[in-house]
Amino acid sequence: MSRHDISLTVNGTEHELTVEPRTLLVDALREDLGYTGANVGCDTGRCGACTVRVDGDAIKSCTTFAVQTDGASVETVEGLADDGDLDSLQAQFQENHGLQCGYCTPGMLMTADTFLQDAEDPSRDEIREAIEGNLCRCTGYHNIVDAIEDTAGLAGQSQ
Amino acid sequence: MHTKEFDYYRADSVDDAIEQLEAHDGAELMAGAHGLLPRMKTGEESPPALVDISHLDGLATIDRDGDTLSIGALATHADIAESQQLKQHSSALSDAAGEVGDLQVRNGGTIGGNIAHGDPRSDPLAAVLALDVELSVQGPDSQRTIDADDVFHGAYETAVRDHEFVTGLGVPVQDDAVSAYAKRRNPLSGYAMVGVAARLRLDSDTVTDARIGVTGVADTPFRLPAVEDALEGESVDGDIVEEAAGRVEKAVDPSELRGDSQSSGEYRAHLLSVYTEKAVTAALNRAG
Ligand code: FES
Ligand code: FES
Repeated sequence: MSRHDISLTVNGTEHELTVEPRTLLVDALREDLGYTGANVGCDTGRCGACTVRVDGDAIKSCTTFAVQTDGASVETVEGLADDGDLDSLQAQFQENHGLQCGYCTPGMLMTADTFLQDAEDPSRDEIREAIEGNLCRCTGYHNIVDAIEDTAGLAGQSQ
Repeated sequence: MHTKEFDYYRADSVDDAIEQLEAHDGAELMAGAHGLLPRMKTGEESPPALVDISHLDGLATIDRDGDTLSIGALATHADIAESQQLKQHSSALSDAAGEVGDLQVRNGGTIGGNIAHGDPRSDPLAAVLALDVELSVQGPDSQRTIDADDVFHGAYETAVRDHEFVTGLGVPVQDDAVSAYAKRRNPLSGYAMVGVAARLRLDSDTVTDARIGVTGVADTPFRLPAVEDALEGESVDGDIVEEAAGRVEKAVDPSELRGDSQSSGEYRAHLLSVYTEKAVTAALNRAG
C-alpha cells in the first residue's frame, strides 16, 4: 500500500511525517506527533472529544484522514494556553467546574473557542447548539455552558 | 479504528479526478468524507482507492446566475446554512443544511458528496426534492444534468454513475415561492427520523404549486403527491394544511417504511403526517 509524505503545521510548528492513506488525523496527531490533547472517545464522529481546528474550522479528527490535511494548519487544545498560563476559556472552565473527568474537555474547548471567535454575546441556547456535537458524560453540561457564557461576557467587557 | 487499506490520489482538476476514477477500479471520490469514512470504519464500504477532490478550487461557491442559484459541490453544509442568498430564496435547503449533524460535521461535510452518497436519512435530500434542484454532473466524455425527481434510486443509490463527478446544484429562484424544512431528529445519530421539506408557490392566498420532499422515512427519499394535490388550488386560510397533512397516512404504507429501535413504520407514518404539517406551516409563515 502507498504511503504519503505530508506536512502539517500544528499550533504554529511545522512537522513532516509519513502516513498511510487510512491514518486518521487524530492518530497522526496523537501517535506520530505526540499531541495527545485530542482524545478518542467514540471513534464514530459522534462525541467530539477529538475536535481540532483545521484551517480555522472545528472538525472531528477521527472522521478525517491525515493525508487530506497535507499542508493544512491544525490547532489543538495544546495551543490554547500560553506557556502554561490558561487562556480565558480554559480559566472559565476551571472557575465554573466545567469539567470532571476531563475526557471531553479538549474537544469542548476547541469547539467553544471556535464558536466564540464569531459569536458576540451568544444566548445559552446558541451555546448549547454550538456544542451539540460534543458529548460530556459527567457534568450535565450546565457548568460548561456557564463557562462559555462567562468567557463571552468577559470578552464583551474588554472591548 | 482503522479502515481497510486503500490507495489515495489527490486530484488537481475535475477532469483529473474523473481520469483517476477510470484508472483505478472501484475508486470513489472523497471530499469531506463524512458519508464515506464512517461506513469504511464499519466495513460497510471498502473502496480500494479514494480520489480526494476536497482541494479543487472554485467548486465551493454560491452564486446567482439569472433565475438560478448555483451551488458548487464542495460548498459545506455550514456554507449553505449561512448563505444569505440561500436563506432568502431557498430556505428549505438552508434549514436542512443547518440540521445536518452538528457544527463540526457541517464544517466538514459537502453538499455534492452528501447527495451523491445518497444516505436515505440525510436532511438536504428532502430539500433537493422540494426545491426541484437540478444536479450538474460531469462524466468522462460529457456533462449532463439530472432532475431532482430522477436522482434517488435507493439507499446509497443515486443516478450518479461510477465515473461521474457531481460538480454542482442549481436551485430555481422563484419570487412567489416559500419553503421550509421540519425534522424529527434521531437522538442517537442526529440523522432525520423524519424530515420534510415543503415548497409552495403562492398567488396572494392561493397555492399555485406545491412540492413536498421527504427523507429518513424509507430507503429512498420521496415526494408526497397526495399532499401536494390537496394543497394546490386551495386558499391557505382555514384548515387546509391540517387536511392535506391528514392525507399522509393513507398515502404511505407503514410496512414499506423504515423501522428501527427508535421508531416502527407505523410511528414513522404518524410522524410524517405531523412533520408535513409543521413544514407546510413554517413555509406559509414565511410568506409574511
Ligand atoms: S472520537 Fe471523534 S467524534 Fe468521538
Ligand atoms: S468531564 Fe467527563 S466527559 Fe465531560
